[in-house]
Formats: sequence, structure tokens, C-alpha cells
Amino acid sequence: MSGVTLKSVRKTYPNGAEAIRGVDMDIKSGEMIVFVGPSGCGKSTLLRMVAGLESITSGEISIGERVINDVSPSERDVAMVFQNYALYPHMSVRGNMSYGLKNRKMNKTEIDKRVNDAAKMLKIDAFLDRQPNQLSGGQRQRVAMGRAIVRNPQVFLFDEPLSNLDAKLRVQMRIEIKKLQRRMDVTSIYVTHDQTEAMTLADRLAVINEGMVEQMGAPMELYSDPKTLFVASFIGAPQINLIPVTYDGKTLNNGDLKLAGFTNLPENTDLVLGVRPDVLTHNTAGQFGLRVDLVEQHGGENLVYGALKGAKNEDGDELEICLKGGKEMLPSLDESLQLSFDPATAFVFRKDTGERLI
Amino acid sequence: MNRSSITTHLILICGALFMTLPVWVAFATSTHAPETILREGLQILPGGHFFETYNEVLFVEGGVMKKVTATQMLKNSLILGVGFAVGKVVISMLAAYAIVYFRFRLAVPLFWIIFMTLLLPLEVRIIPSYEVVANMGLLDTYTGLIVPLIASATGTFFFRQFFRSVPDELLEAARLDGATSWGFFIDILVPLSKTMIAAILIIMFVVGWNQYLWPLIMTTKEENYTLVIGIKQIYQVLNEGGELPQFQKAFALTILATLPPVLVVLVFQNWFVKGLVESEK
Repeated sequence: MSGVTLKSVRKTYPNGAEAIRGVDMDIKSGEMIVFVGPSGCGKSTLLRMVAGLESITSGEISIGERVINDVSPSERDVAMVFQNYALYPHMSVRGNMSYGLKNRKMNKTEIDKRVNDAAKMLKIDAFLDRQPNQLSGGQRQRVAMGRAIVRNPQVFLFDEPLSNLDAKLRVQMRIEIKKLQRRMDVTSIYVTHDQTEAMTLADRLAVINEGMVEQMGAPMELYSDPKTLFVASFIGAPQINLIPVTYDGKTLNNGDLKLAGFTNLPENTDLVLGVRPDVLTHNTAGQFGLRVDLVEQHGGENLVYGALKGAKNEDGDELEICLKGGKEMLPSLDESLQLSFDPATAFVFRKDTGERLI
Repeated sequence: MNRSSITTHLILICGALFMTLPVWVAFATSTHAPETILREGLQILPGGHFFETYNEVLFVEGGVMKKVTATQMLKNSLILGVGFAVGKVVISMLAAYAIVYFRFRLAVPLFWIIFMTLLLPLEVRIIPSYEVVANMGLLDTYTGLIVPLIASATGTFFFRQFFRSVPDELLEAARLDGATSWGFFIDILVPLSKTMIAAILIIMFVVGWNQYLWPLIMTTKEENYTLVIGIKQIYQVLNEGGELPQFQKAFALTILATLPPVLVVLVFQNWFVKGLVESEK
């Protein structure tokens, strides 16, 4: 097994569009890295550059010690699972899984052994002679993974492999992918736009925005210590509450809303206060009030949405925030709740650069 | 059966009769003696000379031509039809493969140039083509008969459209699986195009079978005639020598000439329809 190293990797398309704008990354052997970001951020492009499906404009990608910039995709020793599975529709499951091995001139007994082993591991051994169109989505997904596994590659690449599955199956496959990756101990890169998937699968997580790595680290590290406004808003479900504020030396202000407990912030600068829904608590002596608009019951927990009293968002409308509470928290509509939070658990960002100040 | 269904069926029956009746008359007439035809004209009911006529046409030397039988002409037509169809499919698949999957300069203009040749039928270039083939010494050969006809803009266009609808991920998966360009073509594209290939083979077989002008100027010897030319020639031959015009043989030849395309379409019609309507890859 070997790791993957990216050194100031860039990708510029002939029309001048910059897809990847300098990415450095050091992926350790056996690690599962998830690229996460909004659509169009370049995460898939970066993955395809590792796979060899996109050229590298400048910089260097190496797998283990070997620089692979000019190595053809099939010789990079990587295997990829595609979003729409990309199974060969006219081949049986066995044919799909063995095609890559046949092209490598492996002998037949070895191919059979590998295909059967992988099929057993993925519980698709009963379907080996079926065609892909006779399989369900989940089964096709397994075949696609089987095709990657039999190759026994240095690196697994996953390009949003679960986005075509229904919600229940997605959770199930997510767990299986994680288990499989642990068991096989293969370096993996996984691309997704789903932050839950990213948080649960990753050993380390790279949040990508506009062709650059915004922050990279363990999922909980990104959750509790985001370096930028973008990372804070992208990681965490429900989304972090963002309140535009200014600082006057004593309190953070937005209209009638005044929040004390913050120091060392620049005055006369537009700031953004970020408070996670789960650090907000209901407290009759709270610092601010919320007028309840909606309560979502998720079973074990409830999400209360409402307008923050006295504050306005950038457009001058009511500022909607979210609070996570237990299942006993069931305020009625238009009821006022007093809320508080520990300033130490909140983040303050500069609005213009997105940089985190506290 | 309600009224509108009766009307529908009436229209359908009329249409079917309109299409099949001439064929039936040709067949019925071909089974009569030449005297009957000369005396009474076209026949609607079959006569008693079926075996006699068809045997003479198919197997007896001098039955239709001076020495060539219809069997030989049938063979020539088959070779032309099959060679024409297979050649067209092979050439146009390879051309479409290059246009769709290889990024080379001028791929798009080249495609449009190929496409524009659709505007130029064979007749426009028949003299230069003849000159080239004659200079290469290919007159009266199957090569000379088939090769100049197989470049096909229509086929290239159909295959291009089809290949463009194949998802890119398949190509990418194949590249990661270590398939060469040739391997991807043979292992993935050709099997995927199966029904498409069948449809084009059928259409092209019929077109090739019905070629008239090119075989006519390409062949000088009787033994190289195709059936379609044979039909034309038979009147000439049969009228020579002041004998009775052998109309029954001409009709028999016509029926024989229609049979193979009909059989091909009948046998392969499922594939044919699939190839034309199939959208799922």
C-alpha cells in the first residue's frame, strides 16, 4: 500500500477557466480521504486528475514514490467507482469484474479466484452470471465496487458512488464502504457533496471551494474548529446559524440584539457570528429571543426554527435561526423562547475574507 | 367490432392489397405458359407451369441468358449485397469511432465533409469512379463492384450519433481497466452497437441488392451479372431470334430478385426495429 501526494497541483482548461488552483495534500497509506464541497468546486476534477482521466496543468501527483503525471490511467494502479456505476451493459457481472484483469493478461485461474473472492465479500456471488440490467441499483453499486476490488489497486477512487441510491440504501452502503475500506486497508479518495457522508466516512476531510482546499482535517476537527466561514457553513447539519454583526468594543450588535462576552475583535468591521444549533439552549434568562416558526420532529431530537427577535439579515428581513433540542422541546407556533449560548462555543468570522477571528 | 375499427381495418386491407397485389400478379403470371400470357395477358390465378419455369430459370443453361443461370446471378447479387453491407458497416463504424473518440484537429470539419457527400449520389461521380476502377484493372471483379460503393456518409452519421450517446464513463472505466483503443472498440462499442449494426446491415443489404447502374457499367461478362441487371437483360435476350417473348421467366426472375431482401427483413425484423428505436444503452 502507498499514500498519495499532491504538490501544488493546478488545472487550467484551454479556455482559461481554472478548475484547480494549487492543491497540496499528503494522503497517508491506508487513509480514507473525503473531498467535499459544493458542485462545481473542482472536487471531481481533482479526483479525475489522480485517476488520469484529466491532465495535470502543473504540479505533481505521486502514488507512493512514483510520480504519475504522465502515466496512463491503467498503469497508475488505481481503481475507480463511478457515480452511475459505468458497468459494461453487455457483459455479465463476472465479465464486468474480470475485464480489467483480462486486459492485464492475468491467467484464468487467478482471475476466477479473485472474482469469486470479491463477489463473496460483497455478497454478489449469486448474481455472477446476470447482466447489469437485471440487477437493482444497490447490486449494481456492489458490482462496480467489485470491479475495483479485484484489481487490488494501490488507491481506490470513489466519485459520488452513492448519489444514485435511495436514502436508506445509501446509509447501508456507506457503512459497508467504510467497513470494506478498513478491512482492505487501501488508501481511498472519496468525492461527495453530502456532508453527512463526508463526516461519517472520512479519516480526514478536505473541504474544497473554488479549486482550493479550504481546510483539511479530521471531521470533528473541522466541525469544532473551522478555519473559515465557508467550512463552518458547509460542515454540520443542520447548518450553523450565521448572524451578521458589528463590534463596538463591548458587545456584538445587530439592531436591538446585543451580545456580550466577546473581546479583541476589530471595530467598525462587518463580522459574522456563527452559533451551532446544538450549543443554543433554552434559558428563561437568555440573551435573546426567538419567535417560533416551525418545529421539525426528527424522533430523537427536535429542530426549532424561528426568527431572531430584534435582528435583521443583510436584506433587512427577519433572521431565521435554528435550535436543536430534545424531543420534549415542543414550543407552539409564535411562542417566544429565550435562548442563550456560551460565547466560547461560538465562532466569529470576518465577513469580507471569511477568516475566523474567534 | 365497432364502426371505427371496421373503417381502420378496411383502410389497412386496401393498403395491404395495393402493396401486395402486383407482387402476387407477378408470381401468378410466372407460373403460366408463355402462350397463355401472350394470349390472355396478366394472370391473377396461378397456373401449372411453376416447376417448369423456375427450374429452367434457375438451373438450365440458356434458360434465361445464353449460358448463365439465375443461380449464378443470385450468387453475384448475394456477394454484392453482403459485401456492400458489411463493407459499409465496417468502414462507417471505424470512421465514426475516429470522429467521436479521437481528439484530432479537423475532426469536426472532416465529419461535415463526409456528411456533405450525402448530397452527391453515385451517379454524379460515376464516370471518374469507373475510370479509376478500370485503370486498376478491376472491371468484372467483385472488388471493383463493391469497394467503390462502400464509403458511406449515412452509416457514419448513424454510428456517430449512436457513439455520442454512449456514456463517457464507459470509456473512462475501460481506460482504467487497461483497454486499448482497439480493445475498447471491439470489447465495448461493437457489442453495444449490435442492434444498430443489424439495422444498418439490413438496410444496406437491400440497397446493395438493388444496385443497378454501377453493376451495369462495371460488368461486361454475362457471368458477372447480378439479378437486377438480369431482369433488364432478359427481355433483350428473349426477344432475339423471333421466339415467343418469355414473360413468365422475366416474372420469375423478378420474384427471385425480391425474395432475399424480403427474407432478410422477415428473419431480422426484431433486431431491425430494436436498432432503430432502442434508446437505452
